[in-house]
Amino acid sequence: MFALELKNISKSFGLFKANDEICLSVKHGEVHAILGENGAGKSTLMKIIFGIYQPDLGGEIFYNGKKIIIPNPRFAIKKGIGMVHQHFMLVRPFSILLNIILGVEPRTSLGTIDYSRARSEVMALSEKYNFNIDPEKIIEQISVGMQQRVEILKTLYRNADLIILDEPTASLTPQEILDFYRIVRNLKEVGKTIIIITHKLHEIKEIADRCTVIRKGRTIETVDVATTSEEDLASKMVGRSVNLHVKKSPSNPGEIIFAVDSLNALNDKHFPALKNLSLQLRRGEILGIAGIDGNGQSELVEALTGLRKIQSGSVKINRLEISKLTPRQIYESKLAMIPEDRQRRGLVMDFKVKENLVLQRIEKNPFSKYGFILTRELDKFAETMMERFDIRPRNRELNARNLSGGNQQKIILAREISNNPDVLIAFQPTRGLDVGAIEYVHHELIKLRDLGKAILLLSFELDEVINLSDRIDVIVDGAISSQISNETIKTHPNIKEHIGLFMAGGKV
Amino acid sequence: MKKFLFSILCVLTGLLVGAIILKLSGISPLEAYKIMWMGAFSKPSYWAYIIIRSTPLILTGLSVAFAFQTGLFNIGTEGQFIIGSLSAAYFGYILHFNPWIQIPLVLGLSIFFSSLYGGLAGFMKARFGVHEVISTIMLNWIALYFSNYIVMIEGFHKPNTETSEYINPSTSITFLENWKGSDSGISWLSQHPTLNEFMKPSVNAGILLALISVLLIWILLKKTTFGFKLKAVGLSPEAARYAGINVNKKMSQSMMIAGGLSGLAGATQVMGVSKNIAILATHEGYGFDGIAVSLIGSNVPMGSMIAGFFLGTLKYAGQKIQSALEAPSEVIGIMIGAIIFFIAVPLLFERPINQLMKILEKK
Repeated sequence: MFALELKNISKSFGLFKANDEICLSVKHGEVHAILGENGAGKSTLMKIIFGIYQPDLGGEIFYNGKKIIIPNPRFAIKKGIGMVHQHFMLVRPFSILLNIILGVEPRTSLGTIDYSRARSEVMALSEKYNFNIDPEKIIEQISVGMQQRVEILKTLYRNADLIILDEPTASLTPQEILDFYRIVRNLKEVGKTIIIITHKLHEIKEIADRCTVIRKGRTIETVDVATTSEEDLASKMVGRSVNLHVKKSPSNPGEIIFAVDSLNALNDKHFPALKNLSLQLRRGEILGIAGIDGNGQSELVEALTGLRKIQSGSVKINRLEISKLTPRQIYESKLAMIPEDRQRRGLVMDFKVKENLVLQRIEKNPFSKYGFILTRELDKFAETMMERFDIRPRNRELNARNLSGGNQQKIILAREISNNPDVLIAFQPTRGLDVGAIEYVHHELIKLRDLGKAILLLSFELDEVINLSDRIDVIVDGAISSQISNETIKTHPNIKEHIGLFMAGGKV
Repeated sequence: MKKFLFSILCVLTGLLVGAIILKLSGISPLEAYKIMWMGAFSKPSYWAYIIIRSTPLILTGLSVAFAFQTGLFNIGTEGQFIIGSLSAAYFGYILHFNPWIQIPLVLGLSIFFSSLYGGLAGFMKARFGVHEVISTIMLNWIALYFSNYIVMIEGFHKPNTETSEYINPSTSITFLENWKGSDSGISWLSQHPTLNEFMKPSVNAGILLALISVLLIWILLKKTTFGFKLKAVGLSPEAARYAGINVNKKMSQSMMIAGGLSGLAGATQVMGVSKNIAILATHEGYGFDGIAVSLIGSNVPMGSMIAGFFLGTLKYAGQKIQSALEAPSEVIGIMIGAIIFFIAVPLLFERPINQLMKILEKK
C-alpha cells in the first residue's frame, strides 16, 4: 500500500494542460522527489494534492489506500497532509509561536488561548526534531532557514504525516541547506513521508530515495535515486542529453579594466555594509565573488552601478572614475548588469518584450527621434535580438510576465550584451532557472569573456562560482577576505570545502 | 475590449441597483429612466448642458487616469481644481489684455500654479516618502481655505457678497457671448431654432480644451519616450531605478502634469461658466468625481473621455427626476456609488465577461 497514489491526474487552464494524466506513487516513509523544469507542472500537481486546485474529471487520488477527494487545504490538513510553500506563508510581525498555532490554537476552559500549553507543545516538537527554535522570536527577525523550520513545524503541529516541500532550498545559504538535509533525515527517521519538489539534481542525490521526473505536464519515469546519475536525471528532465560541466578554454587575461579601491557604503539600515572593499578585474576573465548571502553582495552591486551612495573609495572603468556618476551615466560608460531579482529589478513585467529590450536605451538612436518612439525600429531590434538569443515564444508583443524564467533572463542578457559593455556584473544570473537555461546563460557569459570583456560574477551557488570563474574573491562582512588564484581553482583537490571555509569567516 | 465590456457591465448593474432603489421608494424605475433619457437628449439645450457638465469631469478624470498610469493615486484633483479656478478668477480679474493674449495667458497661469500644486505632492513623495494619498487629501483642504481667504481680500472681493469680482470679459471662453446678446445675434438665432436652443447655455471652449488634452495625454503615454519612462516607473519603480531612470523626478513630473490637468478643469469652469469664484463651505466634488470617471474609464485617457460624458449626462439628467417625480436625486449618487463598487470587485464579472468574449471572438 502506498502513502499516496495519483492515477491519471490532469489539470487544464483554458487550453493549456498543466498536468496531463500524471501518475505518482509515494511509499510510506520515503523521501520522494518530483523533478522537472520550471513550468513542467510540478507546483500545479502539488496544489492538487493539497486541495488548492481540483483536478479535471477522470483522475483518482488514493491516500493510505483509500480513494479520496480533497476539496480544500483545510481538508488536506485534517487528513495529515502538510505543505511548505516556496514563498513562506507566515505573518511576519507575529512571533514564531503565534505563527505555528495560528488557526489551531489550544484553548483554556475560558476560551482564551492557552499559551503555556501551546508553548510546551511547540517546544516538545522542536526538541524532538532538533529544530532549535526560540518561540518568542518575531518572524521578521529570523533567518530564511529558520523561517523554513517554522513552516515545517507548522505542518508537524497539525500532525502531518505527508509533508510536501516546494523548492525548499531555493533561498537557503549553503550552511542552511546542510541543516535542512539533516531535518529531512530526522523526519524520515520517525516515519514521515516527504515529497520534495525541485529542479536541483544534487539535492535529489543527497536526500531523496526515489524520484519522479515530470516534463511538460506528463510523468516521464520514476527512478531509484541511488542507481541513477545526475546526468541521467538531467537528461530525463530536459528531454535531451545535457552537459552539466561548464566547458571553457583557459582564460587569457588582458589589462586591468575595472578597479574598485577602498569602497565604503552603508546598507539600508545605515550600518556599514562595504568596508574598504577593493577588487580588480582584467579583460577576458571572469572574477567570481563567493560568499554567504548578506555579506554585502547586494550593496556592492548597487554601489558599483550607482544605485547606492558611496561613502568613500573609487570605482574606475577604463581609468574613468564613475563613483560620482548617475546610474544612467555609468551604464553609458559601458558597465552592464544582470540584476539579482529579474522579475522585480531586471524587467518591467507588464511591458512587452520589445519594450524591455530597450529599457535603458529608448531615448537613443535609432529607437526614438525628438522624444517620439520609433516603433518600427523597436520591432526590428526586437526581432534581431529574439533570433540571436533564442527568446521564446518568438512574439515581441507579449508581456515579459508571460515568458518562462529562462526566457525572461534571455531578455535581460540580450539587452545588456547588445549595449556592448566592457564590464558585465552578473548577480545570481541563473537563480531559479532550469538546467537548460543555466547551460545557456553560462555559455553566453563565457562567450562574452572570450570576446575580451570582463565579468564580475556574484552567486550564492558555490558550484556555479567555481565552475565559471577564472579567479575567485571571497567576500566576508563587506570586504574581500581571501583571493583564490586560477591555479588553485584548477588543482586544489577539495576546492569547494577550501572556499567554504573562507566563506564561513576563516582567513588565509 | 475586455475592459470596455467590463465597464459597460458595471454601469448596467449600477443602473439596475438604481432601479431597485427607485422601486423601493415607490417610484416606477421605467418612468424615471424615461424622464432621465428625455431630460438628457430631447432638446439641443440639454445637449449643451451635458457638454458643459462633462467638461470638468473629463479633465479631472484624465488627471486621475494619467497619474494612475504612472503608478500614482491622485486624490488631490479637488485641490488642484480649486487652485486652477482661483488662478483663473484672480488673473482673469487683474489682467487686462485683448482676448488673444489674455485667454492663453490666464489659462497658462492657471495650469502653471495647479501643476506646481500637484507637483508638491509628487515632490514630497519623492523627497520625504510622504504617500501621495495622504498629502493630496491634506492639500485639498489647504487649497479650499486658501481660496476662501483670497476671495475675501479687498480689491478682489466683490463687496456685500460671498464671491469674488467677475473676470474681465476678455478672459471669457464662452462661445460668442457678446454676439448672443446683440440684436443681430438674437435675430439670427431666432431663425435657427436648433442652434438657438443649443446656444442658450454658456457653451464654451472648455470642451475643446478637454478633448485636446485627452488626445495629448494619449500621445504622451503611447508615443513618447517620456511616457515610456513614466509608465515604466508606474509599473515597476524598482526595475525603472535599475534601468537608470530617475524615479523620484519622474514621480514629481507626473504629479505636475496631473495637477495641471485638474487645474485646467477649474480654469475652464471659471472662464466658461461661472466667471467668478465663491466662498466654499466644502469641496464641490469635481475633483472627487474625477476619480469615479477614471475608474469607470478603466484609467485610460479615452476611457476618461467616454466616462466623463457618461457621468456628466447622468448627473444632469438625474436632477430632472427630482422635479418631475419628486424622486430623491440622491439616487444618482447611489447609482454612481454602485457602479464604482462593481468596478472595484472585478471578480464578480469575470465569468460572464469571459463568456461574452468567447461569443464575440466566434463572430
